[in-house]
Amino acid sequence: MNSILFIVFLPLLAAVVAGLVNKSAPSVFAKSITTGALFISCALSWPIFLSFVNGSAEASVVPVLTWVQSGALSFDWALRVDTLTAVMLVVITTVSALVHLYSWGYMEEDPDQPRFFAYLSLFTFAMLMLVTADNLVQMFFGWEGVGLASYLLIGFWFKKPSANAAAIKAFVVNRVGDLGFMLGIFGTFWVFGTVSIPEILEAAPGMSGATIGFLGLRVYTMDVLCILLFIGAMGKSAQLGLHTWLPDAMEGPTPVSALIHAATMVTAGVFMVCRLSPMFETAPVALGIVTFIGAATCIFAATVGTTQWDIKRVIAYSTCSQLGYMFFAAGVGAYGAAMFHLFTHAFFKALLFLGAGSVIHAMHHEQDMRYYGNLRKHIPFTFWAMMAGTLAITGVGIYHLGAGFAGFWSKDAILEVAYGRGTELGNFAFWMGTLAALLTSFYSWRLMFLTFWGKPRWIESEHIQHSVHKTPEEAGEDTTGGYHPHESPLSMLIPLGVLSVGAVLAGQVFAPTFLDDAAFWGQSIFYNEDLIHRMHAVPYLVKYAAFIVMLIGLFVAWLAYIKDTSIPGKAAEQLGPVYRFFYNKWYFDELYHYLFVVPAFWLGRQFWKLGDVGTIDRFGPNGVAWVIEKGSVGAKKFQTGYLYSYALVMLLGLVAAVTWVLF
Amino acid sequence: MEFPILSLMLAVPLVAAIACLFLNASSARMVALFATLIDLALGILLWLNYDIGGAQWQFTERAQLFAGFQYALGIDGIALMLIMLSVFLMPICILASWDSITKRVGEYMAAFLLMEVLMIGVFAAQDLFLFYIFFEAGLIPMYLIIGVWGGDNRIYASYKFFLYTLLGSVLMLIAMLWMVNEAGTSDIPTLMQYDFPVGAQLWLWLAFFASFAVKMPMWPVHTWLPDAHVQAPTAGSVILAGVLLKLGGYGFIRFSLPMFPDASADLAWLVFALSMVAVIYTSLVALVQQDMKKLIAYSSVAHMAIVTVGLFAFNVQGLEGAMMVMLGHGLVSGALFLCVGVIYDRLHTREIARYGGLSINMPKYALFFLLFTMASVGLPGTSNFVGEFLALAGIYEVSTFVTLVCTTGIILGAAYMLYLFRRVAFGEQKNADAAAMTDLNAREWAMLAPIAAAVLWMGVYPESFLAPMRQDIAALETRLASVAPRYDSALDEGTPRENAANYVEYEGHEEGEH
Repeated sequence: MNSILFIVFLPLLAAVVAGLVNKSAPSVFAKSITTGALFISCALSWPIFLSFVNGSAEASVVPVLTWVQSGALSFDWALRVDTLTAVMLVVITTVSALVHLYSWGYMEEDPDQPRFFAYLSLFTFAMLMLVTADNLVQMFFGWEGVGLASYLLIGFWFKKPSANAAAIKAFVVNRVGDLGFMLGIFGTFWVFGTVSIPEILEAAPGMSGATIGFLGLRVYTMDVLCILLFIGAMGKSAQLGLHTWLPDAMEGPTPVSALIHAATMVTAGVFMVCRLSPMFETAPVALGIVTFIGAATCIFAATVGTTQWDIKRVIAYSTCSQLGYMFFAAGVGAYGAAMFHLFTHAFFKALLFLGAGSVIHAMHHEQDMRYYGNLRKHIPFTFWAMMAGTLAITGVGIYHLGAGFAGFWSKDAILEVAYGRGTELGNFAFWMGTLAALLTSFYSWRLMFLTFWGKPRWIESEHIQHSVHKTPEEAGEDTTGGYHPHESPLSMLIPLGVLSVGAVLAGQVFAPTFLDDAAFWGQSIFYNEDLIHRMHAVPYLVKYAAFIVMLIGLFVAWLAYIKDTSIPGKAAEQLGPVYRFFYNKWYFDELYHYLFVVPAFWLGRQFWKLGDVGTIDRFGPNGVAWVIEKGSVGAKKFQTGYLYSYALVMLLGLVAAVTWVLF
Repeated sequence: MEFPILSLMLAVPLVAAIACLFLNASSARMVALFATLIDLALGILLWLNYDIGGAQWQFTERAQLFAGFQYALGIDGIALMLIMLSVFLMPICILASWDSITKRVGEYMAAFLLMEVLMIGVFAAQDLFLFYIFFEAGLIPMYLIIGVWGGDNRIYASYKFFLYTLLGSVLMLIAMLWMVNEAGTSDIPTLMQYDFPVGAQLWLWLAFFASFAVKMPMWPVHTWLPDAHVQAPTAGSVILAGVLLKLGGYGFIRFSLPMFPDASADLAWLVFALSMVAVIYTSLVALVQQDMKKLIAYSSVAHMAIVTVGLFAFNVQGLEGAMMVMLGHGLVSGALFLCVGVIYDRLHTREIARYGGLSINMPKYALFFLLFTMASVGLPGTSNFVGEFLALAGIYEVSTFVTLVCTTGIILGAAYMLYLFRRVAFGEQKNADAAAMTDLNAREWAMLAPIAAAVLWMGVYPESFLAPMRQDIAALETRLASVAPRYDSALDEGTPRENAANYVEYEGHEEGEH
């Protein structure tokens, strides 16, 4: 099983070589070694995964190096491979390899390609370290490593102020989550005396009734620890409250969005909750919060997604929403279902992003869907790939036929299990999830219709105008402006094709394994057999709920964007305040700006000018200097050298002494 | 008697310093570089021969001088690590001053070499008064370095530096005299085991605190640091941040904690309070700085606050974490000042807004700068993470509140460092002169690459650095065990619940099968 060493460290090696060689070799060198390394990693990962599927593999740990030993707190570099890791391995290496390949075409004209590919491989390494972690601190290493890569890749086009702002925002918002993660690790260490994940999970049930002091309060130990860790997960997985960085992260090149901000990094939070599921199962309040936040994010992001015009932002909010599904699945105890949605989502969401990238590539970097239209005739391959992705994300499938696209299997399972859980929170999650499924269908088909159907609206786009050197007036009746979108090169189409296969088949093939096979999961997650039975036993109406709302969403989208295109404008006008609320993303960015950013800078200036300069220096060193200076001026006056002044002082002293003695 | 390697390490730079006074510029540079490299080699020899797990004090040298005053040297693992930090940074400082110092080169090099003597001396001294002499004498060369080779406002900065640090030392000297009188010895290892009366400890602790808090520096006696850094030449800043700031932490770990354990426990709240203020306050001040050196200086104050909370956590994690932060910060902030120096040498301004887009014309520089920025932010895999993580983990046992407040430093730290990096290395090339700057030359590369390697080494395999200190930290923890504060996060195991949170019972009538 030592192939895991190659899987993890080849991308690192490739990243270092490509990064250091940088432009001193032709860019094809960096591209070849990074892409080559990733394809080897991918090829080595699938056998591991399949051996877990057929039950021939066992969990193992490969030690690498001592890391830190400080008293009782010790943790090493080690690579853990079990079922959960194996699932993540194939997701990460497959999507990453395909994204590397895709970037050959997408980034072809960029002068900084070696740097780009080095970052991509570095990211993959960090993500692999995260999922192979055997202790919480190595997980944190991977956690921060992917954060670094994400920062660098969002800000890859570092001349753009918006890209820089987005990169910093992503890092800093994630650090808020990391604060929780770190406190969670500290607390876990002091409670269990170890940061080794298997040891913690084994000891956790014994602590389920324990209480502990935290910030002066007396609270349930496991609840507070799990909530702290979950705050970390919220940051990385862009859950409501700490989600603001994800839409802005779309400033990065599109392959990055597909790899990091859809398929892998943002699912790290879900992975963490699943990895620690036996621990979370000892913390009912924490799980309630996970369920609630997941359901709330799911509906929040979906509402925003319905109003955005930027094709990537729609998909970004969609990602946020789908992560919400995964979290509430975990919250109600269906970790297998959460991981299954993570697995299928990786394929179809990467597909949608790469498809969007192909559209953007064809449309001369235009990302606004208002300027698309009619593209299915011009870039048919991209169209069919996007179609597969849309059918998957909207969950198209028929229960009684036992057939459906990837999202059908995983999303339906999540909705059913939430309903089957039978608690109020479970029902809340079910209804929010169903409503979000309706909105998902609506915004996904809206995206498809705006992009691929209708008349071309290209000439309105400034990017297209630059390309064809015409203004809309000059173009007149010809709304294409004479622009000819070209299908993307083969290096971009192959990944689209492979991912399409995944989007179509991943659910069908792996549903029995992920959902029903307790032996497949083994000890790697908390597997709740009774809950799965209940999931299968929900009423047919529940089982068809997602399909029905999908049809409604499709119908509304068809009505508004194909049948009568004047509807969206009228609806936005009629629903003015609601529309603006959604369109402005519930005003989270504005809120945070005035709540945190502005006060931080204001306080900084006050502390500096009024605190350091105005108070400490003024009364400290400068004050002392002033006193000495003035004092010496005063002292000088005592030494005038005039006899009469000395005589006067003596006289005064004599009077004072006599007075004091007499009275 | 074994070979007096510590005395040799003091003698080499001392002789070279005297020689430099009489040499012309180019030979003074060569002599200084050569002498510091010899000391580095001796330091490596010292480390290799240090017997981990052996006697607590090794390489000891004793010579009685007048009136009970003795020339006593010796090191434990803690001192060894700090000496290594000093001898490692010294040749880099000489290289950093190679081209940028052109006036009075001989005197400048002599000041630096004298600085090295005093720094090694302060960590190796085993006699209270010998320590005091080294500790205070270190002021003089630094005062001269700032005052003679500093920037425009160097006089103000050097006086401020001198005033602040002198204030504390007077009180410390009085306390030392009282201690020697009481214990009847000035031998530091003996004093570390001596139990001073609890009532007196409080006053002694406060007297030492006055000195160490300034050196650290802790809020609110930190305002000398930004000025000193801004005015000092690059190499002066490196030594100031890299080694001189560690004297405060070393003082706490060598004197305050082992000699006055009761007072340390009683006054830990004071240290926590000042440290918490420092983390928030100075981080926010760093956020609004327009001057690169000031920004990094303020960030140093915030980082040193993590050291103080770690030290007063009274457990192994806190103490080892504090030591690792000291070592890591010594490397990283030193390297950041070098990074500022590299571009200052080209454009002669520290104003952040004058730069921008340096990734384009200086990609190698940007890579180093990024690495050190990330290390300063405490990214795992770099030196600072190990220290910060351990120190904060240590303090969690004592107070979750202090941990929460101090851990916000990782958010604020990311904000001000990334904001700095963005303004310097990213964005458009707004200024033609900044855009025309050349990338690192071989000398600059030779300065930054060793530090980069050390930062990563310390982050990936910190065992090399933790192992020599382990026994000494454990001994200190044992000494502190009786007074360690009660923690607020006490665990009550209670009775475990019967079922998992999502326990459900399946009644067994399935309507359909997937």
